[in-house]
Amino acid sequence: MDLTHAKISEIATSIRSKKVSAVEVTKHFLSRIEKIDKQLNAFITVNARALDEAKKVDAEVAQGKNPGLLAGVPIAVKDLLCTEGLKTTAASKILANFIPPYDASVVARLRAHGAIVIGKTNLDEFAMGSSNETSAFGNVKNPWNPEYVPGGSSGGSAAALAAHLAPGAIGTDTGGSIRQPANFCGVYGIKPTYGRVSRYGIVAYASSLDQAGPMAHTTEDLALMLESFAGFCKQDSTTSSAAVPKWSKNLKDDLSGVRVGLPKEYFAAEIDKDTQRVVEQAIKTVERRGAQLVEVNLPLVKYAVPIYYLIATSEASSNLARYDGVRYGHRANMQEHNAKSIDELYSISRGEGFGSEVKRRIILGTYALSSGYYDAYYQKACQVRNLLRAQFLNAFEGCDVMLSPVTLSPAFKIGSRVKSVLEMYMNDIFTTSTNLTGLPGMSVPCGFSDGGLPIGVQVTGKYFDEQSLFNVSYTLEKHLEKPARQPHVI
Amino acid sequence: MITKETIQKISKLARLNLTEQEMTQISEQLTDILKHFEEISELDTKGVLPIIIPSEVAFHWRKDEVAQEVSSEELVANAPECSGKLFKVPSVV
Repeated sequence: MDLTHAKISEIATSIRSKKVSAVEVTKHFLSRIEKIDKQLNAFITVNARALDEAKKVDAEVAQGKNPGLLAGVPIAVKDLLCTEGLKTTAASKILANFIPPYDASVVARLRAHGAIVIGKTNLDEFAMGSSNETSAFGNVKNPWNPEYVPGGSSGGSAAALAAHLAPGAIGTDTGGSIRQPANFCGVYGIKPTYGRVSRYGIVAYASSLDQAGPMAHTTEDLALMLESFAGFCKQDSTTSSAAVPKWSKNLKDDLSGVRVGLPKEYFAAEIDKDTQRVVEQAIKTVERRGAQLVEVNLPLVKYAVPIYYLIATSEASSNLARYDGVRYGHRANMQEHNAKSIDELYSISRGEGFGSEVKRRIILGTYALSSGYYDAYYQKACQVRNLLRAQFLNAFEGCDVMLSPVTLSPAFKIGSRVKSVLEMYMNDIFTTSTNLTGLPGMSVPCGFSDGGLPIGVQVTGKYFDEQSLFNVSYTLEKHLEKPARQPHVI
Repeated sequence: MITKETIQKISKLARLNLTEQEMTQISEQLTDILKHFEEISELDTKGVLPIIIPSEVAFHWRKDEVAQEVSSEELVANAPECSGKLFKVPSVV
């Protein structure tokens, strides 16, 4: 069995039927991480107990029990999700030594389905970034070309997956943080509907936008992973009690009768020619498979980046107030600073612990919420958010899914955008609306640039209609011809 | 224009120490960003309700019952300074 390239479903089936052991599979991926990750820096922490956890899965199989959907499958988890007894840093100096006493719900459910947390992946500090360059643990390299960023903020997860250091990965998406790195690294990634997945135990960035989701090499694997951890959770009052369908069992590659909306405003943007070519091929493919193409209008999307950054930073300034050097995280040495008051303890600890992007966002958010500016910024952004949502819901009256580019271009060079904050923020032009509206969105790998970098397309759907996204993705996977290439590290 | 003095005031509100250099840099960057963000002010939002949670999820309500899943000892284990089961802070009164 070619474990490196095997599908998640094949690995789980083989472990359940004792063709291969969970220990063998875990050892295989641990040795790949050991060999390859020096070039990528995709992992912050490798789970030292991974083999013990694999042994438990093998013991269950030996006893005739079914360990679950993901029996013995190693999963790389973004270091933003709490893992019991395993360091969780959010890629920040302020949490460099934090060891959670509990698992995030997503992690607990993955484990309940037999998955092995193989390690914790690198990210932009507190998920604030689109290039993985804001991590306190060094940036991640794109497995397709080490001079390029893997995207962000779930860049470590996308890179680890693309380099086959794990057969599946978990990311989180606040403004595009699953879809954009999936796009840059040539893998599948979905941000489910807001409320589909529990946020319990995930280091909060912007609570009304954050949603965790899977990343994988096939549509079926992606659907299978999401089935294992989606659904109501009593510890997150914003989760939906809607039933979790068996998406992976209902995949269709025939889109007869499906209306695919093409947002006019997204195609009017300055999209690079390789991206344009790949998106056009994807559009032709869905049309050939029976989909009906319709143009949709979303004039308000041009405001999505400003309202996203106002809302996200406002929520972040409140969420990150908890890092105060008291209950966990970095605490400044008071004597060194000749400081005595608790306010000084807070301010100095935070000043030392947070990196520059996080500081910038806390200040922007605090400003947007401060007296005299609240109405003009935060309140206004929440109102425009309502108008934007109404516009999307109206557009979905005329179509079933929307197809668009994920980003204006494929991955950019490391260091090329760090100087212009605004340019970096504009990376998120096509992805932020999905979070603002709470709709599900997906990135589907569809081709390559002339320079050999992966390019995908974004599929957006109606609330809780992840099935339609998976169907479009499955159709593209089966019927869009793309060159069979592997990243340089393999 | 977001002045350095404004950034200083905001950083106090946020309990976030910034160096002189950081304050200068952030004041320039925020001026730039907010100038770009000004465009939302052109939209008429009179009478539009602000939304906080986007999707159509009905909040789940439950009884406020104590359920201690993590022990006090485990919770203080990550504290930079503690005394028994208590977090230690500089004197506040």
